[in-house]
Amino acid sequence: MALLEVSNVTKRFGGLTALNGVSFSVGEAQIHGLIGPNGAGKSTMFKNVAGFYTPTEGSIRFAGQEISGRLPHHIAELGVVRTFQETTLFQELTVLENVMVGTHIEGKTGLVSAILGLDRKRQAAARARVMETLDFMGLTDRQDQLASELPLGSQRALALAIALASKPKLMLMDEPFAGMNPEETNHMMDLTRKVQASGVTIVLVEHDMKAVMGLCEYLTVLNFGEVLAEGTPADVRNNERVIEAYLGGTGH
Amino acid sequence: MIGLTVLFAGLIILPHFLAYHHQDLLIFTTINVLAVCSYRLVTLTGEWSLIHAVMMGVGAFTAALLFLEFDMAMWFTVPLAGLVTAAIAFVLCFPLLRMTQFYFLIASFAAGETIRLTWVEFVGIFGGTGGLVGVEPPIVGEIDFLDPIPYFYLTLAVVTVCLFLLYRIEKSRVGLTMHAIHWKAPLAESVGVNAWRYRALALVTGSFFVGIAGAMKVHYLGSVTPNQFGIGFMVFILIWVIVGGYTSFAGPVIGVIVLTIFDESIRSFEEVRPAIYGAVLILSILFLPAGLEGLPARLRVWFGIGNKHADPKLTEH
Repeated sequence: MALLEVSNVTKRFGGLTALNGVSFSVGEAQIHGLIGPNGAGKSTMFKNVAGFYTPTEGSIRFAGQEISGRLPHHIAELGVVRTFQETTLFQELTVLENVMVGTHIEGKTGLVSAILGLDRKRQAAARARVMETLDFMGLTDRQDQLASELPLGSQRALALAIALASKPKLMLMDEPFAGMNPEETNHMMDLTRKVQASGVTIVLVEHDMKAVMGLCEYLTVLNFGEVLAEGTPADVRNNERVIEAYLGGTGH
Repeated sequence: MIGLTVLFAGLIILPHFLAYHHQDLLIFTTINVLAVCSYRLVTLTGEWSLIHAVMMGVGAFTAALLFLEFDMAMWFTVPLAGLVTAAIAFVLCFPLLRMTQFYFLIASFAAGETIRLTWVEFVGIFGGTGGLVGVEPPIVGEIDFLDPIPYFYLTLAVVTVCLFLLYRIEKSRVGLTMHAIHWKAPLAESVGVNAWRYRALALVTGSFFVGIAGAMKVHYLGSVTPNQFGIGFMVFILIWVIVGGYTSFAGPVIGVIVLTIFDESIRSFEEVRPAIYGAVLILSILFLPAGLEGLPARLRVWFGIGNKHADPKLTEH
């Protein structure tokens, strides 16, 4: 059974239809690419899955459970975590504190136990998870730096670390390669594969075709809010309709 | 630890060297320290409210009513005032926390005025503009808490305990989560943080402590009026926090103490006092964006002493 099943999802904003009957499914431990030209509805799709939007119609099932319309923090508790476009971090917190927030589900605590220190065991477990994640992402040396002071590559790694610290089953990555140089792209690709290898299923929205073709096992192509094509990277690359959508109807 | 011991030893002998009206001022300043520190908790999630002064009034009116109508001693009115204030704040969370930032700020002001006008209009219960009078502190054996020195010690003890609790909250994971919501609420939500719950927790807990501050005030002052806790006092809270600095726990405390001493020292220039106060606020925003707490780092930058890279932003955290 697929881990994530999106069926017939439509999202309208007033008169504008951003998504129109979109269906696709993501298998366990896959890297699944969601690509398409600007404005195709990729980010809108993400926001529907992560609970930031509620679909107008259709259903989104995660591990067999309906999740459409639930709040973001509920969906996160089920194991679906998203990362954000551009670099979204807690800029004024340290790297360690950033990842600490990522362990919220594991480490959350009440006011009284926080005051009395009754949650020490829990916090120790969360902290161990933080150190493990920092090590995994190669950020241990930078743990006391402010997030805003990191170079771009490390900031993206940190964004990934925050998500990973919450022990997700499914990670939705929104353009993690945007604005990176080839060296940073390669490093980020390695990290993404590492995350997959640790058992996390990944859905990737990305424009960088080198990263998409290199990482994804399966692709869904969106155009004007509808599924244009799907298949393996090789299939999609040779699909006439995809070429036309990307190159802009060269026609005859 | 040594620093704290010296500080407390100093505070314990301090009132014995002060004139009567300065002893009063010392008590009110100590209470105001609790008012700003509880306000700091409210602002941790990034939402600055304009209702905090009114919440202090809720604590004061609650304590006054419990004392006058139900004959309760201060030992009961003070904690109950905190709980009632927290309960009212919790109810207000439902409308107020649908908004953020500017809208929240204005709505919190409107909610506060509604409460204040309730005190003015319901003369039978709250005494109208004249408020309530005749609230007294207790007498325990030989000790009459109407005397400023024992009342100061009592206030110091209560405020110290409250500050300790507030500090524990801020330094715990709860405080970290509130900071995280301040910097990027959607990111926090994406890893499972219920942002509404933490915003509510900040507002309710902050209101609990300022309710206690209000109760401590009314038992010493003896009376409470709606105008005491209007926008004027709220502006003072804001000035204390901004001038003191809001990046660390100590900032607002420094703000209250320094500005109260400053205000006392310009008492002889009665007519121009507000103007001087305003000028100090503007100058401090211009030259000390990190507040008084950032002053040591600033001085190092201005005079090039010691570590040249000491940026006030870095010395925090």
